[in-house]
Amino acid sequence: MATTLAKAAEGSVAERTHAARIGHVSKSFSGPAGSQLVLDDISLDVAPGEFVTILGASGCGKSTLLNLVAGLDKPSAGSVETPGGRPALMFQEHALFPWLTAGKNIELALRLRGVAKADRKPEAERLLELVRLGGAYGKRVHELSGGMRQRVALARALAQDSRLLLMDEPFAALDAITRDVLHGELTRIWAETGLSVLFVTHNVREAVRLAQRVVLLSSRPGRVAKEWTVDIPQPRRIEDADVAELSLEITEHLRGEIRRHGQH
Amino acid sequence: MASTDTTTKAGSATTARDDLAGLEAGLDALDAVQTHRTPVREVLVKKVLPPFLAVGLVLLVWQLLVAAKVTDETKLPALSAVWDSLADMWLGGTLLEVIWTSVSRGLLGFLLALAIGTPLGLLVARVKFVRAAIGPILQGLQSLPSVAWVPPAVLWFGLNDAMMYTVILLGAVPSIANGLVSGIDQVPPLFLRAGRTLGATGLRGARHVVMPAALPGYLAGLKQGWAFSWRSLMAAEIIASSPDLGLGLGQLLENGRNNIDLPGVFLAIILILVVGIAIDLLIFSPVERWVLRSRGLLVKS
Ligand SMILES: Nc1ncnc2c1ncn2[C@@H]1O[C@H](COP(=O)(O)OP(=O)(O)OP(=O)(O)O)[C@@H](O)[C@H]1O
Ligand SMILES: [Mg+2]
Repeated sequence: MATTLAKAAEGSVAERTHAARIGHVSKSFSGPAGSQLVLDDISLDVAPGEFVTILGASGCGKSTLLNLVAGLDKPSAGSVETPGGRPALMFQEHALFPWLTAGKNIELALRLRGVAKADRKPEAERLLELVRLGGAYGKRVHELSGGMRQRVALARALAQDSRLLLMDEPFAALDAITRDVLHGELTRIWAETGLSVLFVTHNVREAVRLAQRVVLLSSRPGRVAKEWTVDIPQPRRIEDADVAELSLEITEHLRGEIRRHGQH
Repeated sequence: MASTDTTTKAGSATTARDDLAGLEAGLDALDAVQTHRTPVREVLVKKVLPPFLAVGLVLLVWQLLVAAKVTDETKLPALSAVWDSLADMWLGGTLLEVIWTSVSRGLLGFLLALAIGTPLGLLVARVKFVRAAIGPILQGLQSLPSVAWVPPAVLWFGLNDAMMYTVILLGAVPSIANGLVSGIDQVPPLFLRAGRTLGATGLRGARHVVMPAALPGYLAGLKQGWAFSWRSLMAAEIIASSPDLGLGLGQLLENGRNNIDLPGVFLAIILILVVGIAIDLLIFSPVERWVLRSRGLLVKS
């Protein structure tokens, strides 16, 4: 009894110090050509309420890292802690279920979380309202535009009520204007809900536009190459001069990382 | 120019937000899918007319061949003779009875096959050992003509309904089970992973993610299962006719042969074909179309 209480207390303390702790994580995949080291000794903490973006070239292991944090895969070495419970994950593709309407997709997440039947519909409607899709409850997934689907996917992720939201290049396939709009939505929701967000992208400006902290991963194997704290005040816009300036600096580093691979 | 200079920071933030909302509404309006119902006339012209034309053409060619006396009446009966057989059966009150005997057997057999094939398919798809053990056999059984099961079934059960249902089951269960297996195999891994992050694992995963995602493949299997049921039943009825079994379409065909009644044989074949197609058109196709359309998988041309 005493130990469980102590554990619970410890858990809540951990929850207050970090939303996710990635400790010395390595991951290798064994393929036909032997084993390939994708992530090498990555350590990263996400503070409660913090917005962190992970930036890296294509194929550097960003999705792999996010899968590890989401618990969809096990690290080869090291540990992943998410004291707040199972994180919500928003995939690069919307991953909505096409046999359900937008509203029912969200209700399924609520149901699996254990929300009582009577409360599901109002809650789903509230979440749709939050992503400004009030009228989309009865729409089938294929009747929604790409941007609307991503917003429903965001609402479904929020329906899990996790303290930590993982996002894997969720806006990569969208046109610039839609993406701008969704950036605005995301920062608004983040500010309103106090979520912790770990956001993966290969778009430098997007990373700077959104994050409090930008983490650059190197490629092959993926390591933490450098970190930047972004203290440009919100609301920012992607075309702000401050954003552009920091983006330029980070892009230089990213180029350096990629160039390093051409030298041997 | 001057007004832009004097705008305060807070002011520009609110206009930016209004701007965003307006932009968003515009984007959604542009993106939303426009749906409209096809008018009845268009459906008639595009969907109903072509098959009727095709059937009419076949009948016309048939009648021309008869009129040209390509072969004699004992090889190719006149359309009118077949029509007379049909009219006779109708007036004698046996037509619907014969059709119903076969259809009720076929549908009951199909439902039995459904009840057996579905859990079997689930088992094969989800349990590795079971798949390795009977997966290939199930696949192989599909290519075995179900007529082959009639002789052993007669020896096992004699000439009765049990034998008929055995032949139907052996024909239809493999296609229903295989349809479900391939439906489950083709569930995109992304859905499974999405389900897992939402907490749908184990039985809840099967119920909320795997089964609904596998539905299109399962339905395709059901359709094929019906075709196999019907075919197997006809084979059984033709080979194993006995007065105790009641007169079905297969027996009608066989009786036609025994009585050297060619119009009757043609009529039986046409009836078997029409019933098979009608069940498919009335039951399976609408369900399949509804499922595919609700998922945006059916492209209207
Ligand atoms: N299941 C797997 N088996 C073998 N190799 C894998 C597997 N998953 C990923 N990899 C390899 O790991 C590396 C990193 O993949 P990952 O998908 O994490 O990259 P990424 O940074 O997300 O790239 P992108 O920006 O293009 O999405 C790639 O070289 C890929 O080939
Ligand atoms: Mg990726």
